[in-house]
Amino acid sequence: MAYSDKVIDHYTNPRNVGTLDKSSHKVGTGLVGAPECGDVMRLQIEVDDNNVITDAKFKTFGCGSAIASSSLATEWLKGKSIDDAMAIDNMDIVEELALPPVKIHCSVLAEDAIKAAINDYRVKNGMAPIELEKSHH
Amino acid sequence: MNLPIYLDNNATTPMDPRVLEAMLPYFTQKFGNAASRNHHFGWVAEEGVDYAREQVAKLIGASEKEIIFTSGATESDNLAIKGVFEMYKEKGNHIITTVTEHKAVLDACKHVEKLGGKVTYLPVQRDGLVDLETLEAAMTKETILVSIMYGNNEIGVVQPIKQISDIAHKYGALFMTDAVQAVGKISVDVNRDGIDLLALSAHKMYGPKGVGALYVRRKGPRVKVTAQMDGGGHERGMRSGTLNVPGIVGLGKACELCYNEMESEAARLSVMRDRLQAELTVLEESYVNGNVAHRLPHVANISFKYVEGEGLMMAMKDLAVSSGSACTSASLEPSYVLKSLGLSDDLAHSSIRFGLGRFTTDEEVDYAIEVTKKAVTHLRELSPLWEMFKEGVDLDSIEWAEH
Repeated sequence: MAYSDKVIDHYTNPRNVGTLDKSSHKVGTGLVGAPECGDVMRLQIEVDDNNVITDAKFKTFGCGSAIASSSLATEWLKGKSIDDAMAIDNMDIVEELALPPVKIHCSVLAEDAIKAAINDYRVKNGMAPIELEKSHH
Repeated sequence: MNLPIYLDNNATTPMDPRVLEAMLPYFTQKFGNAASRNHHFGWVAEEGVDYAREQVAKLIGASEKEIIFTSGATESDNLAIKGVFEMYKEKGNHIITTVTEHKAVLDACKHVEKLGGKVTYLPVQRDGLVDLETLEAAMTKETILVSIMYGNNEIGVVQPIKQISDIAHKYGALFMTDAVQAVGKISVDVNRDGIDLLALSAHKMYGPKGVGALYVRRKGPRVKVTAQMDGGGHERGMRSGTLNVPGIVGLGKACELCYNEMESEAARLSVMRDRLQAELTVLEESYVNGNVAHRLPHVANISFKYVEGEGLMMAMKDLAVSSGSACTSASLEPSYVLKSLGLSDDLAHSSIRFGLGRFTTDEEVDYAIEVTKKAVTHLRELSPLWEMFKEGVDLDSIEWAEH
């Protein structure tokens, strides 16, 4: 199976690799997946007073498509409001990276990571977590 | 040095040019049907097949009358297991095999179960070897066949074949071995090893794809298998179908080359393999899978903890290797062979199999070492698990959401 050029680009030059201070109240952290399944994503966002994401970082254990999905997610998150970030759908990632059907779970995981990071941020700042649909992967 | 580099010689091998040379006349000039008994063209083709039969037999210490040509080892495994089950059903219906066998053996056994047979799938020990006491304990009066592979395709572990066949024979069962990875790589001798049936394939030993053989013992005991394909009664009635003469000639030539060169080749390969393994296990948290003393000379299966195999392979550009991770399969299940050794799923996902071969050079091994080290280091920088490990977080203490 050949990877798309966009997957190769994100994999070779991943954007926003790194770690934010998870103890800061401005930072939300999402850790999703499991080592047993061969995919773990950690996605972090830093949010300013206007609910805008000013920074996003990731680290991923997984295949090329998983790394590319999380790299792309951080790129999209920067500058978005929390509400707009919540609206990112895994199928947007599938389309952008031209993921084949066997790799759709990588995009689902990235969407889960975004939502988990947002909820972590919300809970830290005294807001109720957003009820999430149980993902089906 | 030409890129990409091929280090996946357990999947298949490039054909040796000397094999191709031997095959070529059989496509255009010596094209006869080896079963045409009444003219020159048939005789010439038959001559080629007969000679190949001797070459194959010699490599495994058999008689040429004991070689049945097939389309490959999958067919040989199927013919042996299903054919023995059908032929010996009066005697019993129990077959013993192991969980680390190739799918051709495991799925043929599953088929036998559907037909009313009983199959015991023996576990293996942490190093991949079968425990002889466990095997003996599984033997019953109903046991007609023990089928255990010679060398494993994923980790290269070589089973104690002679001891295993002794146990099978002690209880009156036949012993069969899938020797696809071992024949032509290490010394295999059907009499010394007590083998009654043996499957081999040409394309794993520098021969063509689509041709293999099943060794079926003729004396002490005389073994029979029920044909699984009906037709002209070729190959002593055990495998009908017009013989693939060019392929068979190629298989024969491949066996002859292995017979002549195997010993020096095994010595050369094991030095290179050991060097590769030593250099790569310098990396922190890297582990060799399977027994290292009883192992094929050209294989090393190594897990690099905290990086995922498929992602790793993508970073090892220009290096063709194989991974026990199965991110591409719908099940997401990592290698069943590695899991059978008791490896945790995450280590199984982190494994890479390096398979060296006849055309592998020292320069290529140097390149492989450099590229792999770089790739592992790069991916660990991206890995949240590596970061947690480095911070001293116990990964088992985290409640992962299994998906």
